[in-house]
Amino acid sequence: MIVDKIKKREPTAKRIQNKVDIPVGKWVKCDKCKEIIYKGSLRENLSICPNCGGYFRMHINKRLESIIDEGTYKKFDFNIDTTNPLNLEDYPKKLKTLREKTGIQEAVSSGTGKINGEEVVICVMDSGFLMGSMGIVVGEKITYSIEKAIELKLPIIIFCVSGGARMQEGIISLMQMAKTTSAIEKLNEAGLLYISVLTDPTYGGVTASFASLADIILAEPGAMIGFAGQRVIEQTIGEELLEGFQTAEFLLDHGFIDKIVERKDLKNTLSKLIQLNKN
Amino acid sequence: MDAWDRVEIARNPKRKTSLDYVENIFDEFIELHGDRQFKDDKAIVCGLARIGNQNFTIIAEQKGRTTKENIERNFGMPNPESYRKGIRFMKQAEKFRRPVITFIDTKGAYPGIGAEERGQGEAIASSMLQMASLTVPTISIVVGEGSSGGALALGLGNKVIMLENAIYSILSPEGYASILWKDSSRAKEAAEVMKLTAKDLKELKVIDKIIKEPEGDEQESFNTISENLKKEILKTIKEYSKKSPEEIKEDRYQKFRNIGEYKIIQ
Repeated sequence: MIVDKIKKREPTAKRIQNKVDIPVGKWVKCDKCKEIIYKGSLRENLSICPNCGGYFRMHINKRLESIIDEGTYKKFDFNIDTTNPLNLEDYPKKLKTLREKTGIQEAVSSGTGKINGEEVVICVMDSGFLMGSMGIVVGEKITYSIEKAIELKLPIIIFCVSGGARMQEGIISLMQMAKTTSAIEKLNEAGLLYISVLTDPTYGGVTASFASLADIILAEPGAMIGFAGQRVIEQTIGEELLEGFQTAEFLLDHGFIDKIVERKDLKNTLSKLIQLNKN
Repeated sequence: MDAWDRVEIARNPKRKTSLDYVENIFDEFIELHGDRQFKDDKAIVCGLARIGNQNFTIIAEQKGRTTKENIERNFGMPNPESYRKGIRFMKQAEKFRRPVITFIDTKGAYPGIGAEERGQGEAIASSMLQMASLTVPTISIVVGEGSSGGALALGLGNKVIMLENAIYSILSPEGYASILWKDSSRAKEAAEVMKLTAKDLKELKVIDKIIKEPEGDEQESFNTISENLKKEILKTIKEYSKKSPEEIKEDRYQKFRNIGEYKIIQ
């Protein structure tokens, strides 16, 4: 019976945390309305729940498909791997398994492409890969992309999703914040446009570096965005947080993002902003 | 001595604080207050200082030396206003061509509701960006705990110096163990793998210089450390006096650009 199958595939607590639009099997449960949804209908709907309109996290390829003109994406020929600076035993194995499972090499993909005809450098992060955390590979690729944008005199768009700096690479991950930020200083000197798009969730070292330093900061509705995680804040202050805290709407209200844009409107909004920033 | 011993030394409430060093190293120091936007957050102290004829801008994370002072200073955990105060002083340093000396000693940026409402992430990012933009020499000195982005916000030194028993890390060992192993009681174990000691960080080229902490009489040791820090500051300023503003900035860029090794995949 189909019901039995669905029951078996009910997401575990861990899977809810890592909800992406590539569920095992044909069905996936919406985290917001708890409805069981056919994967195909989700795919056709920009990874948005057809029942409640809730946003699922997007796979790199789906995101690129939704933003970049067909056939124009050229991935940078810059494939790198971590050297495992803390010499953790399990970490390389974990990366290998993840690469096989997700079909992506790391938590960010970057290259050039066109958005409604506007040529850009684009970086897209993926929450399915160690929660989009930033280690040396992510830091280097973001920095490389910024330097490429300077070299090619192109605007740069970064789709952010991240739990923050990657614990497995320790202090080297922390230093990626300094590295990416320093590159943005160069971008500013070169007078080039940088737009960041904050998607659910964007936290920690990514919020506290390149995500917050764009000329224009967009966010998807309902995305959770902050520096400190909610559990840490609750432990520090000893009380529960109010609903709506650290949402994109909360950040807009407090003046930290420029605009909340629905997923279906992102592509046109980006190309319009690029045009309006041209001299 | 293992890494955890150093964690405990770095956190010892009797350990000398940033201001102790500022007062001991510089001939003169005047504290100046406020971010000009919201308040004077006391977890970071800013001011002007002098050694001989050389003026400096000081931006220092400051833990309290007493319980009362600790409460005032939020136990050295800055709110966004602290970083914005720092940014204000970095801009002045650029304007008046003064080298910037930052002192790092924090468990991390404060994880509170107000801090988030007022953009803790943005404040840290902007502090790093401002520091990256400076064409005057910058020196960062980790004197105690250098934990997380709250520490790195002041860490973009042309030269990064660490006291022998200070620690510098992505997160506290407790936080690290909690996130990676879901068990904060494994903090000691975490400290050993995190490479947070001055020696490890020098090998990783995250820092440039270790200042020894001699054992024995506390006051004597403090004076020796201060004296060596002073020498290192003056030596660095002399080195950079030969460089153009653009070179100073580019040197810093290359330094942080090259931290961390990666493998090329064919």
